[in-house]
Amino acid sequence: MSDEANKGLLSPLRRKLLMGMAAVPALTMLPRASFAQAPATSAVNTTGLAVTDTEVTVGILHSATGTMAISETGSIEAEKLAIEQINAMGGVLGRKIKFIQEDGASDWPTFAEKAKKLLVNDKVAAIMGCWTSASRKAVLPVMEQYNGMLYYPTFYEGLEQSKNVIYTGQEATQQILAGLNWIAKEKGAKTFFFIGSDYIWPRTSNKIARKHVENVLKGKVVGEEYYALGSTQFNSVINKIKLTKPDVIFTDVVGGSNVAFYKQLKAAGIDLAKQPLLTISVTEDEIDGIGGENIAGAYACMKYFQSLDNANNKAFVPAFKKAWGEKTVIGDVTQAAYLGPWLWKLTVEKAGSFDVDKIAAASPGVEFKGAPEGYVRIHENHHLWSKTRVGRAKLDGQFELIYETADLVEPDPFPKGYQ
Amino acid sequence: MFGDYSLGDLGSIFVMQGFAGLILFSVYVLMALGLAIIFGQMGVINMAHGEFMILGAYVTWMTSNLFQSYMPSLFGGYFFLAMILAFLASGALGMLVEWVLIRHLYKRPLDTLLATWGLSLMLQQAYRSVFGAREVGVDLPQWMLGSLHVTDSIEVPINGVFVMCLTVLITIAVAYVMYKSRWGRQVRAVVQNRIMAGAVGINTEKVDRYTFGLGCGIAGIAGSAFTMIGSTGPTSGQLYIVDTFLVVVFGGAASLLGTIASAFSISQTQSTLEFFMSGSMAKVLTLLAVVGILMLRPQGLFALKVRK
Repeated sequence: MSDEANKGLLSPLRRKLLMGMAAVPALTMLPRASFAQAPATSAVNTTGLAVTDTEVTVGILHSATGTMAISETGSIEAEKLAIEQINAMGGVLGRKIKFIQEDGASDWPTFAEKAKKLLVNDKVAAIMGCWTSASRKAVLPVMEQYNGMLYYPTFYEGLEQSKNVIYTGQEATQQILAGLNWIAKEKGAKTFFFIGSDYIWPRTSNKIARKHVENVLKGKVVGEEYYALGSTQFNSVINKIKLTKPDVIFTDVVGGSNVAFYKQLKAAGIDLAKQPLLTISVTEDEIDGIGGENIAGAYACMKYFQSLDNANNKAFVPAFKKAWGEKTVIGDVTQAAYLGPWLWKLTVEKAGSFDVDKIAAASPGVEFKGAPEGYVRIHENHHLWSKTRVGRAKLDGQFELIYETADLVEPDPFPKGYQ
Repeated sequence: MFGDYSLGDLGSIFVMQGFAGLILFSVYVLMALGLAIIFGQMGVINMAHGEFMILGAYVTWMTSNLFQSYMPSLFGGYFFLAMILAFLASGALGMLVEWVLIRHLYKRPLDTLLATWGLSLMLQQAYRSVFGAREVGVDLPQWMLGSLHVTDSIEVPINGVFVMCLTVLITIAVAYVMYKSRWGRQVRAVVQNRIMAGAVGINTEKVDRYTFGLGCGIAGIAGSAFTMIGSTGPTSGQLYIVDTFLVVVFGGAASLLGTIASAFSISQTQSTLEFFMSGSMAKVLTLLAVVGILMLRPQGLFALKVRK
């Protein structure tokens, strides 16, 4: 309002002069200025969170030990990097971010316990954490009961939405549909063979994929197989694939099984350069264990690849490698985890407050233009608008971008006609 | 499901499927041999068996890195050296563990369950700290990848053939050592009656240590071979432990022949069922069959006849 008043009173020239003069002292004391501008703690924190005049505390809750440490290590590294970068830029509302890291130890009750500890004892303003759906489901009631804010990085099966969670990975329809459309069009694929690990995410994802193949693409699913988590013998199913000769093998096998599956596929003489295979579970992280020579030629469908060619990513990848070693690779989830602290910072600044209720309300519409994947925006349903991409695995363990959707894909955690 | 296929197609599929069963059989035997010695002969319930296997896998990974960096021309043959090193490393660790932990527990075999379970957790975390939490990819020489092209529709995986040959060799070696050599006789004597064996002049402590070391060393070789077909990470050993115990217990704990017979029946049942139904269902039915048979024959397929 005061701007409008000034416009009326001052001539354009005088305004410019005045602004220039005002800027000179402001520039010289910029670092201190941002400090001085930090709003009072009592104003930005009305619910007793761990916020002081100089610091704000957040929690990082992942498995650093146990089976899931393989996957979650990348997320921890990404979140720490984001926090470090935000602090280097002056922090959030003039406050440096301090983090408390807890270990979920690949055990779901432990996740719930540690989440409670972070919220009740440490009063953290937000938690970056969880990886498997099981851990998120264990933590969710705690987040809702004690009104916390969780930034969840993994692509997952959907069918969930909470005021207390921001889902920075893709939900199933976002990830799968565009990829299936692409491969059906590009390869003229009509018959699909599904193979997955036997738990909720592959089963839900395949259900969505099957509906899409049958109802939209008018194709046929010639086989759908599940193997127990940790299964290492796939020779029988590979024979079935040879027998049914599908146009596309569609896989969501996870963990150590993944490694066994691709090694045996290769050993059985299935050449992925000739037999199209679309996976939604293999990122650069998994290829480290599988070996590039075993999976080269396969297509993966997700939202981020380390090789993406954009300015944000070109800054992000070297920064990540500098922080965590030249040999580390960055998969889809690692990038999504990196978004968490940034989205939280932007939302806090938009809300002008650390209060969880205000952040939950301010989240829809928050956009992050510096995302390594390009650009993301939070949807009303607390998931992200993001592009879906298809990459082809190369010998060196990286993906080559083959296709990306023209527009951002709308997140739809409760897809009609797919359940 | 067979309507659309020619007889030739079906024939080759059955050949391939039979081969898949044989590969599974060799994998089971290789996994179980080490444990058949440790659990079957010594009565130690070694829950850390999988971790000894993974140590072998990590040794293989390190050897492959070493060859790639310093002797790329010899890379094609590194795997044989890696297996020997894996045997030595796992065997040495096994002997150390026996000396520190196991030898105090021979009189209360059930406690070995808890002790080795703890050991397995410690080893997992040690691998995680040393090698990192992420899985590592072991590069194989070119000749071990891919498949032998027999006919247009029959392809035989080379790594499968390799595992089979390895299994046969190691089984023969173990059978010879346990049943033909003087040392094997000492091992069996110690297992049957520790006090008497000691009284007739057998150094029971030494026999125990080497036996445990041998079992762990074979686990190391198995782990090394499995880098071809499975994953190598701090917790990958957990993927094998259940199947391993299943094979040994089902076969009859103290019998090498039982282990082989049980590996054969479980693998053939599983791979046949897997072909006709989904993977999870096949596993369930296989386990049900094993449970059923164990209820009728608690001592396993083959058991030593002993006076009770």
